[in-house]
Amino acid sequence: MSSALSIRQLTKTYGNGFQALKGIDLDVAEGDFFALLGPNGAGKSTTIGILSTLVNKTSGTVKVFGHDLDREPAALKRCLGVVPQEFNFNQFEKTFDIVVTQAGYYGIPSKVAKARAEQYLTQLGLWDKRNVPSRSLSGGMKRRLMIARALVHEPRLLILDEPTAGVDIELRRSMWSFLTELNEQGITIILTTHYLEEAEQLCRNIGIIDHGTIVENTSMRKLLGSLHVETFLLDLKQELRQAPQLTGYPCRLISPHTLEVQVDKAMGITALFGQLALQNIEVQSLRNKTNRLEELFVSLVEKNLAKVAV
Amino acid sequence: MSSELRGNLVALNTIVYREVRRFTRIWPQTLLPPAITMVLYFVIFGNLIGRQIGDMGGFTYMEYIVPGLIMMSVITNSYGNVVSSFFGSKFQRSIEELMVSPVSPHTILIGYTLGGVLRGLAVGVIVTLLSLFFTHLQVHHLGVTVLVVLLTATIFSLLGFINAVFARNFDDISIIPTFVLTPLTYLGGVFYSINLLPPFWQTVSLANPVLHMVNSFRYGILGVSDIRIGVAISFMLVATAVLYVGCVRLLVSGRGMRS
Repeated sequence: MSSALSIRQLTKTYGNGFQALKGIDLDVAEGDFFALLGPNGAGKSTTIGILSTLVNKTSGTVKVFGHDLDREPAALKRCLGVVPQEFNFNQFEKTFDIVVTQAGYYGIPSKVAKARAEQYLTQLGLWDKRNVPSRSLSGGMKRRLMIARALVHEPRLLILDEPTAGVDIELRRSMWSFLTELNEQGITIILTTHYLEEAEQLCRNIGIIDHGTIVENTSMRKLLGSLHVETFLLDLKQELRQAPQLTGYPCRLISPHTLEVQVDKAMGITALFGQLALQNIEVQSLRNKTNRLEELFVSLVEKNLAKVAV
Repeated sequence: MSSELRGNLVALNTIVYREVRRFTRIWPQTLLPPAITMVLYFVIFGNLIGRQIGDMGGFTYMEYIVPGLIMMSVITNSYGNVVSSFFGSKFQRSIEELMVSPVSPHTILIGYTLGGVLRGLAVGVIVTLLSLFFTHLQVHHLGVTVLVVLLTATIFSLLGFINAVFARNFDDISIIPTFVLTPLTYLGGVFYSINLLPPFWQTVSLANPVLHMVNSFRYGILGVSDIRIGVAISFMLVATAVLYVGCVRLLVSGRGMRS
């Protein structure tokens, strides 16, 4: 499969001397749904800024579907749709006009632009708001408007920088299914998000960036497979005064009805229930303490922080 | 026609249409105020005070100041349109919509400049029509009149663009019009002939570019001028070319737009 995005030795040093990117390499295959994760200030938005030409790189090469950022910027831009983190449309323009105008910037004739604007605004549930000034839209609607605007020139690679930030769960789930549909139609998607459940649910591959370096770049399955220990919270039927003795399962009592247990993959969870049954402890329900990806993410970032500190 | 050129023409049309839509949508802020201001100038300076002044350059004072007042409206409105529209786009970050698209810097610049020129011309036409209630206008040289008004509107649109690129806040877009543009326009022979000034100040006035624009336009309308028309038009052509190249360079560098 050909490469949708290829980044080599990309660096960015801002005017104040801050080195946001320290020579990152990143590849995203055509058709992929890729998560680019990292803590705040890690370099995600700088990377996206360089791809969308809003940030000048210091060195390195960027190619989108083989088009080099330095040599063929116009061809690269035609392949790319960007949904930024911050609202960046004219607050006084009408919703429909914003999408049609953006199409015009890509050289799409007015008739085609209007038809596409109708298509995407309808798909994103904004058609009845087409004549409303964009400033009067809700936060979720504004995010969807930016998605419609990014799609109007039918890009092959769509980059979404925290598209569901501040969006309620119902709307977030409808956006997930919309993005999944787009990906199934062949659009390569790169997503940054702080909702790790979102990345785990949607993305096939993942890159974790921290302090301007890529600390992990692998498939979601492999990454989750590398998780050796998971922490579970058990809701107990009876009250306990102290944590039970469980061989091979470190545990602690969070409340009289809640027991936190660390389960090693090698041990499995069946033996844990065996030991609890022997001590007449009945479990009503259990859940993961945190999202699995979140545990990995925190551990990777902590490891990198220790390296940086050294 | 190549697909790239065709794409840029569509983009140019889009930018110009958006600019015209902007200044016509907010017409009470863009088209109405210059009309009211100029009517007041015609009534107070042209009519009431002008009657006491008598002739100037062989014309009534009203006839003499009308070309200058039309140019004053064209200058302030073409400059104001580009500076407020482009800075507004930067402020709201909607300029990013253009920056991420494949539109060439030339197309962006020509689009914004045409927006400024069209607003300047729209206001110029409104003021000209209003002046007909106060005086009789006869165009002496149509070619010079049209060329000068187009070049002047283009030059001030480009200057407005430079102001907007460097502006960091709303104060920065009002400083130049207030402290540079207005004095240069008032001292640019709108209300008087520089022949009324002592020789030293006549020479100093010649360094004011607005004087050349106003006088060239007055020549086009009335056939009288304090300056040499050929020199003035050559200066305007050179200024347009230099400003255009400078503005394209600013856009390519991404100054004030890219980090």
